[in-house]
Amino acid sequence: MIQFDAVDKRFGDNVVLDELNFSVRPGEFVTLIGPSGSGKTTILRLLMTLEQVSGGQIWVGGECLSHTKRGETWVPADDKHQRVVRKRIGMVFQQFNLFPNMKVLQNITEAPMRVKNQNKSEATAAAEALLDRVGLADKAKAYPAQLSGGQQQRVAIARALAMQPKLMLFDEPTSALDPELVGEVLDVMKQLARDGMTMIVVTHEMGFAREVADQLVFMDAGAVVETGNPWDVLSNPQHERTKAFLSKVL
Amino acid sequence: MNWNWDYAWEVLPGIVGQGLLVTLEVTVFASLVAYVLGLVLALLRRSPFAVVRWIVWGFIEFVRSTPLIVQVFFMFFVLPNVGITLDPIPTGVLTIGLHYATYTAEVYRAGIEAVPKGQWEAATALSLPRGRTWVAVILPQAIPRVLPALGNYSISLLKETPILLTIGVLDIVGAAYQEGSAAFRYVEPITIAGVLFLILSYTSSLLVRRLERRVARSN
Amino acid sequence: MFDNLPEFVSTILAGLGETVGATLGGIAIAAVLSFVFGLAMLSGSRTVRVIAQIYVEIWRGTSEVVQLFWIYFVLPILVGYQIVPLMAGILVLGLNFGAYGAEIVRGAIQAVPRAQYEGAIALNLTPAQRMRRVILPQALVEMVPPFNNLFIQLLKGSALLTIIAVPEMTNQARNVLMDVYTSQAGLIWTVLLVFYLVLAVLITFGMKYLERRAGRIVGRGPSQAARDRALQVPADCGAGTGAGWVP
Repeated sequence: MIQFDAVDKRFGDNVVLDELNFSVRPGEFVTLIGPSGSGKTTILRLLMTLEQVSGGQIWVGGECLSHTKRGETWVPADDKHQRVVRKRIGMVFQQFNLFPNMKVLQNITEAPMRVKNQNKSEATAAAEALLDRVGLADKAKAYPAQLSGGQQQRVAIARALAMQPKLMLFDEPTSALDPELVGEVLDVMKQLARDGMTMIVVTHEMGFAREVADQLVFMDAGAVVETGNPWDVLSNPQHERTKAFLSKVL
Repeated sequence: MNWNWDYAWEVLPGIVGQGLLVTLEVTVFASLVAYVLGLVLALLRRSPFAVVRWIVWGFIEFVRSTPLIVQVFFMFFVLPNVGITLDPIPTGVLTIGLHYATYTAEVYRAGIEAVPKGQWEAATALSLPRGRTWVAVILPQAIPRVLPALGNYSISLLKETPILLTIGVLDIVGAAYQEGSAAFRYVEPITIAGVLFLILSYTSSLLVRRLERRVARSN
Repeated sequence: MFDNLPEFVSTILAGLGETVGATLGGIAIAAVLSFVFGLAMLSGSRTVRVIAQIYVEIWRGTSEVVQLFWIYFVLPILVGYQIVPLMAGILVLGLNFGAYGAEIVRGAIQAVPRAQYEGAIALNLTPAQRMRRVILPQALVEMVPPFNNLFIQLLKGSALLTIIAVPEMTNQARNVLMDVYTSQAGLIWTVLLVFYLVLAVLITFGMKYLERRAGRIVGRGPSQAARDRALQVPADCGAGTGAGWVP
């Protein structure tokens, strides 16, 4: 479903991703771990077109996200093309990024109404169903500022789901939360996985990864160092760098 | 002292009546021009075309660094030459509004930059069109924050409106000066004008300070 | 079209002396008053503070045109003798911008971290020594960007002196050239605007030099906060609201 083909990403002289090959199958739950600067967040940002590749190609659902074909040559894709491909992907951010000037319900209905041209009653019905799914049906009329961090993040998940994505990206979704609020967000994510959503999650929550993920990918310095079943990687790391990293965080 | 109360009473209606009305009229309309045009300039400064950005930057720096009174004279004398005949008051409103738009543009820029980058990213993640992102997400967060600064600029604008007496606009000071030169007695009219300005600017800064507190509280 | 340009330039430049004189005179007076009243607003004595506050409110709260008329028409009647227009103009510029400058000085002094003040007390410095050797040097750096803006405002204010018939540059353009060359208004006023722009740039160069001098005393330049505040003109002329403590 997702394919990174020898992707390079540079910021000036700083090489963040180096000839990266990475793939995700439909319905898979992939967890990305690694030290900061290893490039894991960059992978998400590239998929979300918040950044553009410096080299290589990215494929989403069989279509190229990063480039379009003009005649025989590949040229960098323009914004219009990327929007079409990007619509299949949803993202949840570390800082939630809810729109503070809109009520919870409006946060969720905004994109479906504007982008998918749903009318108000359709969008509202769908939004209410999603709020129910994340356990916040009673908070539809509240403003984000009135909710706890965990509640805001669950709203953010509902908002991303409203666009009916085929793939959900999570960028350290619980890192900004107080410990006691982490569980409610992880529960929603677990349920999402059980319902069959393809998910790529950058996280430090190793226990969660071990429990739910199909694949655990350890990244360092812009490349995949080790990948495999979470149980295997966490209890029996093969590479030195993996061992070093895990010994510091576990 | 030489204060003549009868004379003061005589000139008062002209100054506080018609004069005050003209001053308020100019202040309000020029402020509106400055508020709207300033936003346009601020948005143009973010244009993807470098040429547009440079022209707007050059225009803003040029207007900000040169005297308003000279700009007023420019418009007053040059517009008729190119076929645009406007009365003094509209000319004044336009010029002052344009001048202050270059200040408000900076205010809007700061307000827009203060909106967290994450808001832009969330809008991108949801594929919201750029126009909608501006209208529904960014500006509603940027503008309330800058309202006190805009209010302060309106107060400064108010204090610069007497410049227009040089092109024949009879605002508070224009009216005062006219009365004074008619009777060859300036003490009373000018003092009345001064006191009136003090009252106007003091009350409006109290209002702006209240606005400041309300904005601070809602954050 | 450009045949008369040399005449325009020389006529306008005939007023340069008055413009520069008014600006420099105004800057000198404003600078002195800024420090006097800025420090006075931080005085321990309540009377002194109130007097300073009144000065600042009156000269900030009234229009510069009103002030010009008042000093030129009204004051002579009250004190008994006539002032030369240029002197009246310099006085108004100094008093008006001194009031804004006082807020800049006050704000910059209050922005010096309290810890510096306490450190100076711990070293047993007298209040005067505290101010001169510890607080002011640090405040001076922060003051330069807002004062840069203020002095450019003052330069722009010098153009208002045409209203009381001071023969500075704007007056030259208005009363000498306009009567004769109305059709060439665009060129004339553009030339005048360019001259003001050049003078403004010169002021900025001068202030950048002062910024480096002041920065060398404390080993750094003005903070970004001071630079940002300096962009907020002219309402409070970059003074900000101050931290609230009295050194």
